[in-house]
Amino acid sequence: MNDDLSRLLASLDRSGLTRRTLLGGAGAAGISAALGVSLAPASLRAATPKRGGVLKMGLGGGETTDTLDPGLSDSPVPYSVLSQWGDTIIDVSPTGELVPRIAESFSPNEDGTVWTFTIREGVRFHDGSEMTAADVVATFKRHSDENSKSGALGILQGIAGIEQNGRDVVVTLKSGSADLPYLLGDYHLVIQPNGGFDDPNAAIGTGPYKLVSAEAGVRYAFEKNQDDWDKERGFYDAVEILVINDGTARTSALQAGQVHMINRVDPKIARLMARAPGVNVTSVAGRGHYVFIMHVDKPPFDNRELRLALKWAINRQEMVDKILDGFGTVGNDIPINAAYPLFTPLPQREQDIEKAKAHYAASGHDGSPIELLVADTAFPGAVDAASLFQQSCEAAGIPLKVTRVPDDGYWSDVWNVKPFCASYWGGRPVQDQMYTTAYLSTADWNDTKFRNEAFDALIVEARAETDIARRTELYHELAKILHEEGGLICPMFNDFVDAHADAIAGWYDDPNGEMMTGRASWYTWMA
Amino acid sequence: MHPVLILVARRVALGVLLLWAASVLLFAGTMILPGDVAQSILGQSATPVALANLRAELGLNDPPLTRYLNWLGGVLQGDLGTALTNGQDIAEALGRRLGNTLFLAATAAVIAVPLAIGLGLLAARYRDRWPDKVISTFTLATVSIPEFLLGYIAIFFLSVNFRIFPSLAAVHEGMSLGERLYAVSLPALVLVLVVLGHMMRMTRAAILNVMESAYVETAELKGLRPFAVVARHAFPNAVAPVVNVVMLNLAYLVVGVVVVEVVFVYPGMGQYLVDHVSKRDVPVVQACGLIFAAVYIGLNLVADIVSIVSNPRLRHPK
Repeated sequence: MNDDLSRLLASLDRSGLTRRTLLGGAGAAGISAALGVSLAPASLRAATPKRGGVLKMGLGGGETTDTLDPGLSDSPVPYSVLSQWGDTIIDVSPTGELVPRIAESFSPNEDGTVWTFTIREGVRFHDGSEMTAADVVATFKRHSDENSKSGALGILQGIAGIEQNGRDVVVTLKSGSADLPYLLGDYHLVIQPNGGFDDPNAAIGTGPYKLVSAEAGVRYAFEKNQDDWDKERGFYDAVEILVINDGTARTSALQAGQVHMINRVDPKIARLMARAPGVNVTSVAGRGHYVFIMHVDKPPFDNRELRLALKWAINRQEMVDKILDGFGTVGNDIPINAAYPLFTPLPQREQDIEKAKAHYAASGHDGSPIELLVADTAFPGAVDAASLFQQSCEAAGIPLKVTRVPDDGYWSDVWNVKPFCASYWGGRPVQDQMYTTAYLSTADWNDTKFRNEAFDALIVEARAETDIARRTELYHELAKILHEEGGLICPMFNDFVDAHADAIAGWYDDPNGEMMTGRASWYTWMA
Repeated sequence: MHPVLILVARRVALGVLLLWAASVLLFAGTMILPGDVAQSILGQSATPVALANLRAELGLNDPPLTRYLNWLGGVLQGDLGTALTNGQDIAEALGRRLGNTLFLAATAAVIAVPLAIGLGLLAARYRDRWPDKVISTFTLATVSIPEFLLGYIAIFFLSVNFRIFPSLAAVHEGMSLGERLYAVSLPALVLVLVVLGHMMRMTRAAILNVMESAYVETAELKGLRPFAVVARHAFPNAVAPVVNVVMLNLAYLVVGVVVVEVVFVYPGMGQYLVDHVSKRDVPVVQACGLIFAAVYIGLNLVADIVSIVSNPRLRHPK
């Protein structure tokens, strides 16, 4: 049984690494530390990084209202700041492997309800104090407290108890899950002294860089942590994060040589920019996707035929071409794509005006305007995408009406409130997490109000299922239900488009997030 | 008491009253915005439990009047409170931002005001001849181009192509005055171009207006050189409207430059205010609003007083 679970974990690696690679010849305890701790691909690890220099990053997505509290770090700049000074117990590699970090090994019990994480010794916080299993326990407790405002609260809800046992942290779950290590690798969960209970904003962690100064929404400065426990990362003497929210300003700062790397290159100019001298534009297919969401419990969207009519009417390829300028892939009305482990494709739904017409006729809709609410903040190009959708619907005789609303208040008054609107999802490391977050009947963020008992039962069954073939089958089943019944119209998965100067070496693509999942300052160096 | 003092005292009292009215308006305005601060902070990731927790913690369940009075009491004691969103002391954060804004505004004003008045005098002196036409056309052009476009043009030529000036004006603590001046060179340039036209044309118009009057004709008939006529006889009488427009532009340099701040990533008040408006951080919005209102009211007060002092008829009322 234990072997089954280990094999399952091994197989989660979509690059097809064998179980032996993942287990690394470890004992019967399960997965252990024999794996190298570096996330960088082996080819790059072979190169000898040069140490020194000051890395300057120009990042969009920061505001003067940002805090340093990891629990509240939800936008790109706070996320990158977190990666400089903090460590999680586990990381997910670009190829989807679990990489032990602060936990040097971990193993589940037979049914996956009790997980034991052995905490690395000799790791020191930036203030010089020793990091222990107690700090890890406190961190998880702070984020999983039901009064917590942490962004990780939702994914920790399946935890029944967290306890320290010497060097070990023992996590007990309400029901078995093979995915727990992925969840505990969530970027919010950086280990803080006493879990951050004393001062969540202290920014003291075990990461490769120490925070020197922070001015929210403007600039963050870091210096190299000389006592870093991991000598294979953090090659710069200092790192500076400049907040540049204006896309043009960000681009010109890179071109003028004022910063070395930028995030969120506008797809519309990415190709032009790639031609500029001294600049490299990188694009990675990720799990983030843009969506139009219908509340399946409210008219007219409670009508399955109408939902299908809209799903057949939308032109996904056109959106990838025009909205993402090719920097993305078509969606298939499920939140899962090939970037997920255990993914099996469904037949691709493509625009079919005839089918859309037939379904619309079958729905018996009265022909009154179907209102789609949209704002720029929903996703870049959302308003244009809605217009394209509207035109496609017109061709099928569906009276879609696009109403543009202000960015202000969009996430409070429109998203998850109005029956039909545009939105985005960042994606999750594993399928279970994505489904549990947004498609389980009881999920807070069930933004399509999708309630299907059979679907819920399948999610729970798949979570604890240790037979890979069976689990893959279950996920296929889930995808099929959502594809047919769900309120999700997913036209496209967006790429992460970043850019860096020629002066930077060691860059690799990571589908888990932008800026090498926040690890750009860890594994690149000045050429 | 001297009538000028009474006049000034009345103006100041009116200014204070206006400030109070502004604070009420600001509060009412922030109340009717859609959504609340808890929702705005948590954004798409808001769960009902997290929302309720945050609301209770931020005191959003108190009635609006209580919140307003609490805040007003604090302000009168010099305490602007703490930001709801990140718990920072507002006075401290705002002080730094205000300092940056004033630095940029002052840099631009030191260049723009003398330049505009000088060009205005020059244009009036050579009315309808080529210097006037060149000056008027150029300044009209820079006023007409949107400021963000001026900014991008400046960045494209001066920082990307020729790399003379930095495209990022992000000043931070620990920079020397020289470094700061270098950092703000491009935004200052753009701001100068934006405010130049208005002040220059007003100077020109005011001078030309005065030039029509009988005493100027007398001065000319006395045989004074044309520039002396303008500088000694016409300009003092044109001061009032010119000061008014200069003050309006100075106020703009302090409160209206958020677009330039964004383009050049300058950490001034504008961006600070916009961020906090979108997060419904009422205390910060009110503090910023009050400071903006105070700047406007204060500068207009100065303009009024200068008009009074420079006008003998107001200085010595019958």
